[in-house]
Amino acid sequence: MNEQIDPALLRGLTQSRYDRRDIVKMFGALGAGAALAACGVTGKKAAPAQQSDVRKYWAGKTKGGHVDFANWPLYMDPKHPELKKFTQQTGISVTYSEVIQDNPSWFAKIQPQLAAGQSINYDLMVVTNGIVFTELVELGFLAPLDHAKLPNFTKNAGVQYKTESYDPGNVYSIPWASGMTGIAYNSKYITTPPTSMADLWNPKYKGKVGMMAEPEELGNFGLIALGVNPETSTPDDWTKAAAKLKSQRDQGLVRKYYDQDYIKALSSGDTWISMAWSGDIFQQNLAEHTQLKFIIPQEGATIWTDNMMIPKTAAHPVDAITLMDFFYDPAIAASLTEYINYVTAVPGAQQVIQSAAAQASGSDKKTLEQVAASSLVFPAAADYAKLKHFPAFKTNQEKQQYLSLIQPITQS
Amino acid sequence: MSARLRARLAPYALLLPGGLWLTIFFVVPLVAMLSLSLQQGDVVSGFSMTWHWQNFTDGISKYHNQIIRSLWYGGLSTVLQIVIGYPVAYWIAFRGGNRKSFFLFLLLLPFFVSFVLRTISWQFFLSDNGILLGPLKNIGLVSEHFHILATPYAVVGGLTYNYLPFMVLPLYVALERVDNRVVEAAHDLYANRVQTFRKVVFPLTLPGVFAGVLISFVPAAADYVNASILGGTQNTMIGNIIQNEYLINQTYPEASALSFTLMAVLLVGIFIYARALGTEEVLEAAAQ
Repeated sequence: MNEQIDPALLRGLTQSRYDRRDIVKMFGALGAGAALAACGVTGKKAAPAQQSDVRKYWAGKTKGGHVDFANWPLYMDPKHPELKKFTQQTGISVTYSEVIQDNPSWFAKIQPQLAAGQSINYDLMVVTNGIVFTELVELGFLAPLDHAKLPNFTKNAGVQYKTESYDPGNVYSIPWASGMTGIAYNSKYITTPPTSMADLWNPKYKGKVGMMAEPEELGNFGLIALGVNPETSTPDDWTKAAAKLKSQRDQGLVRKYYDQDYIKALSSGDTWISMAWSGDIFQQNLAEHTQLKFIIPQEGATIWTDNMMIPKTAAHPVDAITLMDFFYDPAIAASLTEYINYVTAVPGAQQVIQSAAAQASGSDKKTLEQVAASSLVFPAAADYAKLKHFPAFKTNQEKQQYLSLIQPITQS
Repeated sequence: MSARLRARLAPYALLLPGGLWLTIFFVVPLVAMLSLSLQQGDVVSGFSMTWHWQNFTDGISKYHNQIIRSLWYGGLSTVLQIVIGYPVAYWIAFRGGNRKSFFLFLLLLPFFVSFVLRTISWQFFLSDNGILLGPLKNIGLVSEHFHILATPYAVVGGLTYNYLPFMVLPLYVALERVDNRVVEAAHDLYANRVQTFRKVVFPLTLPGVFAGVLISFVPAAADYVNASILGGTQNTMIGNIIQNEYLINQTYPEASALSFTLMAVLLVGIFIYARALGTEEVLEAAAQ
């Protein structure tokens, strides 16, 4: 081996390659203000879309026979039965890619092309309501939807999904699936089921509480614990919520601020009680036979929605909007929901699953009955009443103010 | 072209591919980042150059704790790497015999597994009721609430583990170059083993220590993977902050300013360290 590793190579690392004059020259080049000032990141705030924009965008657009679909992992049966059916019915082929891991880094990936007016090579993508979605709208990166091309959505979507505050009237987006952020606990370690936000502040679980690092999610829980609705919260409320969350951390209650890995910590017993996403708990119990339970605390929980949208520069927008509408066929929505166990925007899917359960037998029947009856998949009106929406930031200043209050909690 | 001219141009021609590569992919982005660090704005309305030096002062006043912690964790793990790595390198160099290559291969073996995956496997291993702590808790050796994850020890341990090969390799190369006759001469002059090591072997390997410190301290201090996987609520390192500023907050100027601050701090630190060690002599020794 000593023949293969040249000592000179490593020795070279210890030797200076530049003398002082070279360094002065280099800094001279770097210091050229012109070069510095020339680099910039451009952005442009777009006016909200009018009806005329919809006509203008869709005029002359025709079916291309193909859709490139960007989605999150674990959001469709890997065999893609729904997409196969779609291709059979419409003759439009679909390339399905699980390329979105989280909203901000997806935005960072597509922003340069969209800003330059270039195609991102996807015709359809799924983004959560929240900061990134608002930015996509404000920058005019999304195609305004032509509702004449969405007959299934118009007919079958639940009323509350047509009046979402982040996109009223579904100008740019229609839901893919919704989920709740609530409390999950490992019943191996906690025997009296928690019922309230206060349980995340319970000294009994000191060092065993998992909170989420995502500032919107974390802030929401601080707000709800104080009895404030995040959607209508004010900067004053944020300050109070930050103090509440900070005291939780400083008392040593919080084990860690987690990303998606909270589910692993909860399963292994590193945490006993944790903020959690509804569908994850169902899928985790199914996959690893864990005894995790999910509850919606009495003070309420949040509901978020992952939305389908078409980037303005898409090559096949007509095919994309056809596919969007296809998922609002109750039979298709039911088939998707049976697999992913998140909330569907099509209430009619419940009946489809119930009648499928009636015809099925054995363990299939049991699973289907469970899904159809689950308040996490088909929340009743009383459940919806307890679910709150994310804060809606009106300006970038507001967003930065919020972040500057909540983020120091997770970043100390 | 005359032979002399060609001979004079040859070194530049040889420099060209590497030089171009570095110019395009290192210098240009670096200048762009430096420019960005002095801009103001947001991702929706765009960023524009305002020579906003406050990005730097704000970053330092907001995150000096994390910068100091990063230097502390990075430094501690580097010292641990020397303490753990030196005997290993010594043993391979002097006692490895004709199996040296095999031992070095073993040392490099972890590199065949992704960095993140190795750290996640630590998380799995050190879990509160995992392979290590589960049995210890069962037999009552440690208390029920004892945990290693989410502590500074876990983060420093992870850093030490992940960067150890970077320390051992230069140490090995330095030790391998120590002429055995010099050691014999020391014995002939009545130096005992400890004296031989302190006065002969160790000084001769200082260039290796220097190289090892350089290539393991800098990435360790800037690391964010270990803190985010193994750390808890109070172990955030500056790398985590920068990553978060870029990808989550999209405050590119603040993130760039912090990156340059970190770079400056590390450069100054290395410079002081080089001076303190009297590197020029070390370098001369290495060059001979």
